[in-house]
Amino acid sequence: MMLAIDLAMVIEKLVLIVVVVSASLVIAMYTTFAERKVAAILQDRRGPNRAGPFGLLQPLADGLKLFFKEEIIPNFSSKFLFILGPALAMLTAVMTSAVIPWGDKISFFGRDVSLQIADINIGVLYVFGVVSLGVYGIMIGSWASNNKFSLMGGLRAASQIISYELAMGISLIALLMVTGTLSLKEMVVQQQQGGWGGFLGWNILKQPLGFLIFLICAFAECNRTPFDLPEAENELIGGYHTEYSSMKLGFYLFAEYINMFISSVIMATLFFGGYDMPFVDEAGLSPNIAALIGVAALMGKVIFFIFLFMWVRWTIPRFRYDQLMHLGWRILIPLALFNMLVTGAVILYFNK
Amino acid sequence: MGITTIAFILLSLMAIGSAIMMISSKSPVHSVLWLIVVFFAISGHYILLNAQFLAIVNIIVYAGAIMVLFLFVVMLMNLNAETEPIKNYRLRLIGILSGGSLLLVLIAAMMKIDVAQPVLMSTGDSGLIKVLGHALFTNYVLPFEISSVLFLSAMIGAVIIGKKE
Repeated sequence: MMLAIDLAMVIEKLVLIVVVVSASLVIAMYTTFAERKVAAILQDRRGPNRAGPFGLLQPLADGLKLFFKEEIIPNFSSKFLFILGPALAMLTAVMTSAVIPWGDKISFFGRDVSLQIADINIGVLYVFGVVSLGVYGIMIGSWASNNKFSLMGGLRAASQIISYELAMGISLIALLMVTGTLSLKEMVVQQQQGGWGGFLGWNILKQPLGFLIFLICAFAECNRTPFDLPEAENELIGGYHTEYSSMKLGFYLFAEYINMFISSVIMATLFFGGYDMPFVDEAGLSPNIAALIGVAALMGKVIFFIFLFMWVRWTIPRFRYDQLMHLGWRILIPLALFNMLVTGAVILYFNK
Repeated sequence: MGITTIAFILLSLMAIGSAIMMISSKSPVHSVLWLIVVFFAISGHYILLNAQFLAIVNIIVYAGAIMVLFLFVVMLMNLNAETEPIKNYRLRLIGILSGGSLLLVLIAAMMKIDVAQPVLMSTGDSGLIKVLGHALFTNYVLPFEISSVLFLSAMIGAVIIGKKE
């Protein structure tokens, strides 16, 4: 054989990729439904309840509606880049899922399958790199529209994302100083070994300020309220996706929900023990059941974070643009630097 | 031919092809986008050399930060292909001459190098983050600190220029 490839491993990873990506897409789809239901509950309404039992088919109906709408590509836009924009937005949203440990090993026909697509030793940096590429989907799309207002919306969005990336990176550095590893898998394993059923090992207890900064930045990176200025529907004409229609618009909106899901997973993994179920001794159970419990625990934490995203969206009004920049550059970055310095000092003091 | 050799050839073709596209495309925005593709190809080469840290930092810093600022400027200035045709043929001739002589020097230098193994494929751990960090903070701590002071002064300078009334 010319190419020495382990065929079984290729198949295993391909299956894992397909499962993870389609699961993210389905979860994001139902997050749109959950968002409308949560909004309805918070505003004392009923929410979508016509399509299917309890309105459960509503996301399918929404998707069909978007697919069947007329596709309009503006005459003077550069066609390739116009299509590339939403494609990149979707791609960067899904790419992060490759390094997330979704659970422990499961054995399958006598084969140990790790529930993580790639355990690279630069895991956190990979996440950060993909996040920093997320700007391109918005910028390319807004420029390719050949419309001044789209371009302005795109620049607003891009400068917001760049500003909050810095504070996010610095808060992550403090976390890395505590854990001493960049691999997400190893971080979860470290967090499993804590007192009081595993709770005391969670990084949230070691880095509360870092988590708060990371949470705020995650809201800003996902363009969620109170940071949803790029697409503030009732103030702007629609931000960077003014010229988009049909499913290309749908992809932009959908990418936001995937981002929300993925950043919830990242927060759960980095600060809340990942797939660690507290008060359960995973070593005593058979590996498959332990892995399933782990996946369920991770999903439970993720659902909590997604609910938090929605709760904030429907209760808090959005910032003004100068307030946004002020918060990012003058409050969050100094706070993150302070957090980093204190973390370093404490580590030095106790390691002496 | 192993899988790394195939990956190497594909990445090299991608890097050279998109570099040529970057120079030859008329619209500056397209040039910037092609340059980003070049950075990705080079990061792929770093991964082949098992320098994961360098690969991801290349993407974060160059593709994720510097090129975004380039795009910002180019998009805001609204440079279009039609507005700036190069008419000066003498300038073109000088450009070809200087570029050609640089190419000549590079080729002459390359001819001297004894290339036993074109790429060191996924062996050696000098590119991994632990080894790299250790080297930076022990053997190369002075240059590392001096360059950080340089960056700090550049940052302060930028803020002062920006604040000038």
